[in-house]
Amino acid sequence: MSATIAERRVKVATQRRNSLHRQRLWALWGSYIALAVFVFMFLVPPFYTLMTSLKSSAEISAQTGSPWIVHHPTLENFWYLITYPNFQRYYLNSAIVTILTVAVSMVISVLAAFGLSRMGFWGSQTLSTGVFLTYLVPPSLLFIPLFQIIGKLGLINNFWCLVILYPTLAVPFCTWIMIGYFSSIPKELDEAALIDGAGYLQMLWKIFIPVAMPGIIAATIFAFTVSWGAFLYPLAYLYTSNQMVLTVGIISDLIRGDVFQWGKIMAACLLASLPPIVIYAFLMDYYVAGLTAGATKG
Amino acid sequence: MRKFAQRRSTTGFLLCLPLILLVAGFVIYPAFYAIYLSMLNKKMTAFVGLSNFQFLLKRHTFQMVIFQSCLYAITAVILKVLIGFTLANLMNNIPGKKQRIWRGLLLVPWVIPLALSTLTWWWMFDPSYSAFNWVLNQFGFANVPWLGVGWIARFCTITVNVWGGTPFFMIMYLAALKSVPEQLYEASSIDGANAIQRLFFVTLPMMRNIISITILFSLIVTFAEFDIVRILTAGGPQDMTHVFATYAFQVGIQSGDIPLGAADSLFMFPILAFAAFFVLRGVTKRTKEIAT
Repeated sequence: MSATIAERRVKVATQRRNSLHRQRLWALWGSYIALAVFVFMFLVPPFYTLMTSLKSSAEISAQTGSPWIVHHPTLENFWYLITYPNFQRYYLNSAIVTILTVAVSMVISVLAAFGLSRMGFWGSQTLSTGVFLTYLVPPSLLFIPLFQIIGKLGLINNFWCLVILYPTLAVPFCTWIMIGYFSSIPKELDEAALIDGAGYLQMLWKIFIPVAMPGIIAATIFAFTVSWGAFLYPLAYLYTSNQMVLTVGIISDLIRGDVFQWGKIMAACLLASLPPIVIYAFLMDYYVAGLTAGATKG
Repeated sequence: MRKFAQRRSTTGFLLCLPLILLVAGFVIYPAFYAIYLSMLNKKMTAFVGLSNFQFLLKRHTFQMVIFQSCLYAITAVILKVLIGFTLANLMNNIPGKKQRIWRGLLLVPWVIPLALSTLTWWWMFDPSYSAFNWVLNQFGFANVPWLGVGWIARFCTITVNVWGGTPFFMIMYLAALKSVPEQLYEASSIDGANAIQRLFFVTLPMMRNIISITILFSLIVTFAEFDIVRILTAGGPQDMTHVFATYAFQVGIQSGDIPLGAADSLFMFPILAFAAFFVLRGVTKRTKEIAT
């Protein structure tokens, strides 16, 4: 009796294993097909950007044939932009604003995260929570009072106002990421350093920053992303082309009234997206790790 | 020893000082200043109490703004969660090395700054010679005025938001899926659970916290969205796509009625605070779970 049951169990188990194997294979191929469909849908806009950027204005305005492929590819749009002083200006402004924002944000957030994760002081818990809450404040909530404040500071239509304002968007999350990474460093390390006579700043510089390098990279990319792609603040506070950054410069410069120079706009989008794409291509893994740690570990 | 501890906490406070000053000066002060501004008249010469809020609530356009913001945020977040979750699960089926390539391809919409990729969408939605209408024409359909008709334009803004936001959900859920212990799946398949049962009784309960955090977080971001609507439609046609942020921009910056604009953006605050409260609770709960 018990023998037959055991035999049957073995038989059922092998059947199940075979069907499981087949199921897995089906799931794998199904996943590939479904993912391919999604990749196709996700990549349609970037593809179209590329195609349009390679078209001449004449080809776009002719409106014949499929808009999805380029019939007479040309680099004239890119050449126009590279030699166009205004576009160079936007690129330079974006670069200056972004580099300064990243530097300022990283200094502020690394120092704060070091203090918050290692030196408890009165209210440090509340401050950590407050930092997280600040991260949840969207730019569109405060841009009108900030317009007045920036006006009083005399920085309206001056891209330096962005260097002051962008850190408010980047610092809270950077601090949050860094607190997570710093807290995971064992306390024995700082004790050893203190016994060896290191000061706090030495400890931060020689131990914390090297050990938490993945976190630093993730936070830097976050600050970069925020500052390179921000649109609302520059749109609201800048209005002459010598002060504009890329996101608003492209729109205000290449769209004149009802005239859309789509070929040039698309080429400008590609050129402007280049720095983020390059950075993500190399450092995506750090960024994803930092983001997921930031959201889940806290 | 006590002196040491005191010095330590003073150093800690000094290290946090730049952060405190930044947040106090450019987040907390503007927040209170917004409340003050919202109670002034248009020329900012007299105090008018809550009449700006009253005025807005009575205005039909603003009632539409409230409706549209909710519609935009809720629809977009639901779609992003569903698609993101599906993608993460599909991705999780694929073996390690190939996963990176697929992930990289799917993250492209998220990598390109949204203000720039929205321009491409705008061009694809172009009424006369647009990419989408060309495809429709090939199949014998008439042209669709993508951004010219209220409900279609609403649909378009939501589509762009979903396109740009889904990859973020995907990577979040993929990371969460990987942290579900393999033993749970083994145990459930020994108990004879099928794929759907595994999803509902293992995967979803294990991911409940991260799903709620991402939903609330994205609700905040999407609710306060500005770039997409501003670029695609600037609130039109007939104000049928305005959300809080774009309406505040139009009223406050473009028309120069700063108090009314400030009042408009303050309407976002209760919903944001509500979501923020629950995000914070979720995050601290999650931290405790990991700590224990």
